[in-house]
Amino acid sequence: MEAHSSPHARKADIRIHSRPAAAMLILIGGILALIVSAAVSICVGAADISLSTVWDALFHFNGELTSHQVIRELRIPRVLAGALTGAAFAASGAIMQGMTRNPLADSGLLGINAGAGVMLAICFAFFPGMSFVSLMLFSFVGAAAAVILVFGTGAFVRGGLTPVRLVLAGAAVSALLIAISDAIAIRYNIGRDLAFFMAGGMQAVDWAQIRIMSPWVIGCLIGAVLLSRSITLLSLGEDIAVGLGQRTGLIKTIGMLLVLILAGASVSVVGAVGFVGLIIPHVARYLVGVDYRWIIPCSAVLGSLLIVVSDIGARLFNPYSETPLGALIALIGVPFFLYLAMRERREL
Amino acid sequence: MASLHPVTPAEAARKRRAYKVIAVLGALIAAVFIISMNTGTLRLSPSEMLHTIIGSGTDKQELILYQFRLPRIVMSVLIGAGFAVSGCILQGVTRNALADPGILGINAGAGLIVILYISVMPLDKSIFMLPFMSLVGAGATAALIYALSYRRHHGISTIRLLLVGIAVAAGISAAMIVLTLKLNPDQFKFVQTWLAGSLLGTDWRFVSALLPWIAVLLPFVFVKSRVLDILNLGDHTAAGLGAALNRERLYLYGAAIGLAGSCVAVGGGIAFVGLIGPHLARRLVGPNHAYLLPASAMTGALLLIVSDSLARMYDIPTGIIVAIIGAPYFLYLLTRTK
Repeated sequence: MEAHSSPHARKADIRIHSRPAAAMLILIGGILALIVSAAVSICVGAADISLSTVWDALFHFNGELTSHQVIRELRIPRVLAGALTGAAFAASGAIMQGMTRNPLADSGLLGINAGAGVMLAICFAFFPGMSFVSLMLFSFVGAAAAVILVFGTGAFVRGGLTPVRLVLAGAAVSALLIAISDAIAIRYNIGRDLAFFMAGGMQAVDWAQIRIMSPWVIGCLIGAVLLSRSITLLSLGEDIAVGLGQRTGLIKTIGMLLVLILAGASVSVVGAVGFVGLIIPHVARYLVGVDYRWIIPCSAVLGSLLIVVSDIGARLFNPYSETPLGALIALIGVPFFLYLAMRERREL
Repeated sequence: MASLHPVTPAEAARKRRAYKVIAVLGALIAAVFIISMNTGTLRLSPSEMLHTIIGSGTDKQELILYQFRLPRIVMSVLIGAGFAVSGCILQGVTRNALADPGILGINAGAGLIVILYISVMPLDKSIFMLPFMSLVGAGATAALIYALSYRRHHGISTIRLLLVGIAVAAGISAAMIVLTLKLNPDQFKFVQTWLAGSLLGTDWRFVSALLPWIAVLLPFVFVKSRVLDILNLGDHTAAGLGAALNRERLYLYGAAIGLAGSCVAVGGGIAFVGLIGPHLARRLVGPNHAYLLPASAMTGALLLIVSDSLARMYDIPTGIIVAIIGAPYFLYLLTRTK
C-alpha cells in the first residue's frame, strides 16, 4: 500500500487518501461476483434452469427448446438491464455526492427519479405506444426539469444549499412531481400500469430496450471515469478546485448532464428505484478512499451487483408474484439513510 | 419579550391588527363557502341555491346541496383548520419553519394502515372503519419518528426529525407499493384516489367522525398558546421560566398528531396545508400564538376550501391541487429560512 497519493494529486501538492490496491481488488472481485450472480440470476426463477442448459443456450442455441428461448429472450436481457441500471444509478449518485460534497445526494432523494416518472406518466397517457427511444429521451427531459427545480432553488439560497436543505428541496420537488403524475394517472386511468412500472422491476425488459439504452449508459459511465479526476478536486472544495485551475462551472454542467442521462435512462427501463445511488458510493468511499477515479468505477460494479443480487432476491422471495425491486432496495436503503442522518455532523 | 407583557402599546396595536385580520379571513371564508356551494359538475344558480336553502328547492336540488356539496365544503373547512393547526404546533414545538405532518411522514403511516385494511376487508364495508385505522397508523408512525429522532441529553433535534421523517416516509411508501400492486383494480382506484387526498366520498358521516376531534383539540391547543410562545423562545429560556418542558411538549405533539391523523383519516394524504397555513398566518398576525393559532386555522381552511373548489372544477383530487400550490411555496420558504 505504497501509493497514498496519486501522481496527479502529488503534482498539485495535495494528498488524497486512497487505496488503489483495495480498489483493484474490489473491481476484480466485484466483476467476478457479478458474473457468478448473473449466472445464478439466469438459472433461478419461476422455472429453474440448469447451468449446462444456460451454456447450451448461449453457445449451442436451439430455437425449438422453450428453455433456450426463456434464457435468450427473458433472462439474459433481465440480467443485463439490472447490471446496467445498477451501475448507472450508483455512478450518478457518486458523481452527485462528489460534485456537491453532499453525503445525502441520490437521484431518488433529489426528485430526479420522480422527474423522469412524470414524463413517463405523460407519455403513457397522451402518447400510448410511443417508441422506447422517445420514451427514454422524454425521461431525460423530466429528470432535467427536476434538477433545475431542486438546484435552481439552491441558487436563491444565500450560502448555497446545505445537504439537509437539498434533501428537503428534493422531497418537495418529488411531492410536486408525484402529485402531477397522480393527477394524470387518475384522470387517464393509467394508475395501475404506471404504478407497476414505477415500482421497479425488470420483468418486461426486452433486447430492444437494452440495445437502445446501453450506448447511453456505457458512454456516460466512460464520461464519468474521464471526469473523475476533476470530481475528486471538486470534492475537496470549490476554492481548491478553482485554485488548481479547474473550470468548475463546466465540470458541474457536464457532471449534471451525465447524472441526468444515467438516472433518466435507468428510470425509463426499471422504474424509480431509489437509494442505490445513496448507498453504493458510501460503501465504495469507505472501502477505497476519497479518490473518485476509484470510487466511480467501484460504485458502478458494486451498484450492478446490488441490483442483480436484489433481483434474484425479489424472485426467490415470492417467485410467482414478483416483489418490486424498488421496495426491496428501500428495505436496505432506508436504514442506511437513517444511519447517515443519525450521525448528524455539523456540516449536515 | 413583548409577548410576555401584553399591555405595551405595540402589543395592543398587534392585537387590533390580529382581530382585523381574523375578521377579514372569516369574511373571505364565508364568501368562498358560498361561491363553492355553486361550483361543481352539477351547477346550481344563486337563486336556485337560495330557494334550496330556504326549503323551496326541488328534491334533486336539495339532494345536491345537502347531501353532496355541503358536507364536502364543511369537511374541507375542518380539514384545512386541523392540518394548519397541527402544522402550527409542530413548527412551534420543533422551532422549525419547515415542519408539516405531510413532510414528517405522518400521512404515509396513515396511508399504509388504510391499504392494509382495504386489502383484507371488502371495500364497501371498510369505509366506516377507515378513520380509526388511519388514526392508529398516524399515531404509530409519529411515535416511531419521535423515538428514532430522540437522543438522550440532546432531546429532539429538528434536523434529525425532518430527515427521519423523510426516511420513514420513504420506507412506508416502499411497503405501500408492494401492497397496492396486490390490490384488484377497484381497490387500487379507491386507494389511489384516497391517498391523493380526495374528498369525493364525503358525506355527513365523515363530518361527524371528524368534528369531535377538531372540537376537542382546537380549544385545547388554543389554551396552550402561551406554552407554545414560551417553547418558541428556545430550550434554555423556556427551562429558566420553569415550564415543565417535556410534558408540555408531549401534550402538544399528541394534539398535533391527533389533528393530523383524524384529518388524514377522512381527507386522505393532503400535505403542505400544515406548512402554508401557519406561514401565511405568521405574516399576517405575527408570532404570538394566541393570534397565530386561530389565524392559522382560518388560512388553512381558506386554502383548502379554495383548493377543493378548483379540484371539483377540474375533477381531480384536492390534495393534488394543494401540492401544486404547496410545493413551490415550500421551496420558496426553503430559500428564506435559516
